[in-house]
Amino acid sequence: MRIDGKGRIDRTRPVTFRFDGRAYAGYKGDTLASALIANDVRVVGRSFKYHRPRGILTAGSEEPNALVEIVGPANQTPNTRATVQELFEGLAARSQNRWPSLGFDLLEINDLAAPFLSAGFYYKTFMWPRRFWEGLYEPLIRRAAGLGSLSGRHDEGVYEKAWAHCDLLIIGAGPAGLMAALTAARAGADVILADESSEPGGRLLSDEGEIDGAPAMDWAAKVLAELASLPNVRLMTRTTVTGAYDDGTYGALERVGLHRSPRPNLPRECFWRIAARRAVLAAGALERSVAFEDNDRPGVMLASALSSYLNRYGVVPGRRVVLFGNNDSLRATARSLMAAGVEVAAILDSREDAPDEPGIALHKGAQVIRARGRMGLREIMVRAGGREFRLETECLGVSGGWNPSVHLTCHLNGRPRWSDALAAFVPVEGAVPGMLVAGAANGTFSTHGCLAAGAEAARASLAALGIAAGAVELPQAEDAPYGIAPLWAVPGKGRAWLDLANDVTVKDVALAAQEGFASVEHMKRYTTQGMAPDQGKNSNVAALAVLADATGRGIAETGITTFRPPYAPVSIAAMGAGGRGMGFAPQRFLTSDQASRDRGAPMVEAGLWYRPGYFPKAGETTWREACDREVMMVRSSVGVTDVSTLGKIDIQGPDAGRFLDFVYSNTFSTLPVGRVRYGLMLREDGHVLDDGTCARLGQDHWLMTTTTAAAGLVMRHLDFVHQAFCAGWQVRFVSVTESWAQFAVAGPLARDLVTSALGHAPDLPFMGCTPVVVQGVAARLFRISFSGEEGYELAVPTRYGEALFRDLTARAETMGGGLYGMEALNVLRIEKGFITHAEIHGRTTAFDIGMDKMVSAKKDCIGKAAAARPGMVGPAREQMVGLMPLTGSVLTAGAHLFAQGAELVRENSAGYVTSVGYSPTLHSHLALGFLKNGRARHGETVRLVDRLRGVDVLCTVTDPVFHDPKGEKLRA
Amino acid sequence: MPELIAKPALGAFPVTHAGTTLAEADLPQMTSIAPWPGQAEAVGRALGMAFPLPNAVTEAEGKRLVWAGRDMAFLIGAAAPAGLAAAVTDQSDGWVALTLSGAQAVDVLARLVPLDLRAAQRGQAFRTALNHLPLILIVEGEGGFTLLTFRSMARTAWHEVEEAMVKVAARAALVL
Repeated sequence: MRIDGKGRIDRTRPVTFRFDGRAYAGYKGDTLASALIANDVRVVGRSFKYHRPRGILTAGSEEPNALVEIVGPANQTPNTRATVQELFEGLAARSQNRWPSLGFDLLEINDLAAPFLSAGFYYKTFMWPRRFWEGLYEPLIRRAAGLGSLSGRHDEGVYEKAWAHCDLLIIGAGPAGLMAALTAARAGADVILADESSEPGGRLLSDEGEIDGAPAMDWAAKVLAELASLPNVRLMTRTTVTGAYDDGTYGALERVGLHRSPRPNLPRECFWRIAARRAVLAAGALERSVAFEDNDRPGVMLASALSSYLNRYGVVPGRRVVLFGNNDSLRATARSLMAAGVEVAAILDSREDAPDEPGIALHKGAQVIRARGRMGLREIMVRAGGREFRLETECLGVSGGWNPSVHLTCHLNGRPRWSDALAAFVPVEGAVPGMLVAGAANGTFSTHGCLAAGAEAARASLAALGIAAGAVELPQAEDAPYGIAPLWAVPGKGRAWLDLANDVTVKDVALAAQEGFASVEHMKRYTTQGMAPDQGKNSNVAALAVLADATGRGIAETGITTFRPPYAPVSIAAMGAGGRGMGFAPQRFLTSDQASRDRGAPMVEAGLWYRPGYFPKAGETTWREACDREVMMVRSSVGVTDVSTLGKIDIQGPDAGRFLDFVYSNTFSTLPVGRVRYGLMLREDGHVLDDGTCARLGQDHWLMTTTTAAAGLVMRHLDFVHQAFCAGWQVRFVSVTESWAQFAVAGPLARDLVTSALGHAPDLPFMGCTPVVVQGVAARLFRISFSGEEGYELAVPTRYGEALFRDLTARAETMGGGLYGMEALNVLRIEKGFITHAEIHGRTTAFDIGMDKMVSAKKDCIGKAAAARPGMVGPAREQMVGLMPLTGSVLTAGAHLFAQGAELVRENSAGYVTSVGYSPTLHSHLALGFLKNGRARHGETVRLVDRLRGVDVLCTVTDPVFHDPKGEKLRA
Repeated sequence: MPELIAKPALGAFPVTHAGTTLAEADLPQMTSIAPWPGQAEAVGRALGMAFPLPNAVTEAEGKRLVWAGRDMAFLIGAAAPAGLAAAVTDQSDGWVALTLSGAQAVDVLARLVPLDLRAAQRGQAFRTALNHLPLILIVEGEGGFTLLTFRSMARTAWHEVEEAMVKVAARAALVL
């Protein structure tokens, strides 16, 4: 019901929206919750477990009941709190967890079966038979219990991530936050004031208090106007600070486009990472309820929410209201309601010694023992003064006291302290370094107290930064003490609800204690209390008070569960903004990329790079046909492939040779200028880190090549070795991977192709390198080979890469050769027994791959000592071997090797397969793998078994080098 | 005279959103200069400008020396003279240079770079990250920035910056 003359909504801007398919009207400035109240919609959802009809409980982000699905053109967002969702034209919302409809929900049968569905029911009941869990029980339970549904499609909405930096982050723009912001702003500090609501002001928007003798909002408006005029203040509304992290970093979620009709490119939400030198937490306090029988009926609300709905939105959920609570804060709500013409039938104060309240029927020592009205509150049963009576009412406002919002102070493992005076947990000082807590979040509840604390917190924060804040005059405001006598649950037989979001009752908590789950952490997990989207904001303290009572301990002793980020739900889509699909990682493209794609090459990912898999020709129907042709082309004429992805590190300095001797297992300092050597690099633990060639370009100038995958890793390793062990050496290195486009030319006609491209014969020995000029461009030529054929690699500055690639391709094709891709490259190297990271996968040693002789005996190197540890060498090691099937069978990488006749159990695995391919040269599938004592077993037959892919084949163990074992073709 | 055709990293045309423009700059001549231990000052003298401290750029006569990491700076805009007491490596082909300038440039970069650039001034440069991309960010002053990232990642860099630009522009349009 709408109340004339009340609220901060814009009555000149009516808005229509739909809820469960029905059209309603509201105003700009409404939340979905306030608009539903205005339209007298009482039931807004069904409860999680029992499917009980539920109404709106709160007016804030802590709402446990009013969770709805927002259905947009491209998005379906479940579990949206109707109390947070602002109304906009065309908003469509749907209630959740009901079937077939909100008014008639068949699963409400669960509510009748409630005696059987208490805490721990699932654990006890669905134990047997065990195999039914996955197929039957879990799907059934998931269907019956739960919240909103997902669309099943990718969330293609626009999200954003951003960083912000400030001197002082103020969290919450209520009286304490506004005063802190004003103090800091006038001092010239760089201030961010973040508030989760659409409008700053906090409780000042909801309560009709006065500041400086005028309505509190007048003061707030004045402060906000001043803040807006200052360039050093950023006001971030609709921004919930969700987490406190190390070194003054805070996470925050901003609702950018959720409160308006979708617009192109406008982010729905933005996830902020705010680096703040200091912070003030002024997040206020959350009102809590009191548990009594059927206290979850629609129409039972928090008393403070009634104030918010009346004063902020101009709506009330009924013409006749009763208020029930244990503290003084109810009175202001009552006065507000009465002034707006709402009948306040009674205030039920549970305190026998409650202060009087003239003009209102006040019952002292009164408790509500039951609420009635399944689809909407009709009446309550009251016990007072030794008698019980009925009160007819559509709405009951409850206040069980206030819980300071200590959550953020606990995110770095701080524990709040129990205050008997406030009957609440309050933060401990210094729980988050650099963060002070002010106002209601710190247990200071009067307006004056909040204003003073805000100013002081800002002053102290700035003082720590060496910024002097001048005195800001404190405005006059009420400074009433906070009177409360704890009341957590009204004793009674029926179900009294603690956690409305997860359907946990007082009995469930008592049962947990009775069954031995007496620790608060165990009780939480046993009953699921506090595990719903509201994370127990409405129920934690009451639940542990009930637990304390059930176990005979005090509340302080019982303790509280851990508050972790996020404070309020955060869309994963916001945290992962930009990271969906191809946004997940950078893409690295070769200069030859377009030329390869033009030829129809499918691209394969190698690290972040995209490399051509193969180059299909007309008439080829499978990749194997193309691969076989490319392999034979390289073996018989000439092939060209782009090898620019290999890591290239330019190393210079008088100590460079010494440095290389130290990082490579073999010796480099003796290499003549103009020559290339293959090197093996070990990790400190003695396993192989990487392999590659290193060329000596000049006396003090080297070019190291790494594998594609380990380029960054090797760079990091070199940096570590340099900084940690030889920082004073005259050696410097820098990546030049991106500076050079490099192409391999391999095959019996490789020399002819290079001669044609250079205009003269290369005249380079095997493992030689030389500067050359290719078509007017200064280039580098290396005679190295990864294919087993005579091979060259020609490198030009990257800008010329595409041109040279096209040029070499054309020349190769006129010679009967052409391009080859990754598939052929892989087969060529397997035929030659060359390793890749499939073999040097992190668990293999130089001994394992047959390169132990490359660990020089004449010098020390990184990893040498560790590689000589017992167990790192010897016949028990799995050693690299070649494998050839006895039949024409396919071999698979990942298969395990067994001795013939051995039982196929894990313990009998004698090795495994790392690389496979079909060799058109040898007309056989080939594999490289590791076999226990493998080098001594050449010629033996082993059984290769891959149970995942159904391969079981006998293989001959061979030397890993299948093709040209003497390397005559290389050196031709 | 080279017969091979040189290509830019992207060959992209400038784009403008909400008064802020992203463009691909010509490949600058760029050389990494890594002085031998203790030689930074001497190298600076030889180049005619101070060897930069971390996060700084020094300039002289159209040349710039941009801090690029531990014991390293990039000389931009001129060839390195012979005989420097430093390791000297040509970097001209390894990078793509993008320029971002205009009223929203700082807001756009706040979506991409974990640095507070609101008070950034000419004379500063940062080795940082553009989302997951390595980045050397040179502050040009008056709302302008030069972004250097690995050439092979140019397309991703362009995409990430333009995405941030259109989102910032969509936000700006709300206020108007």
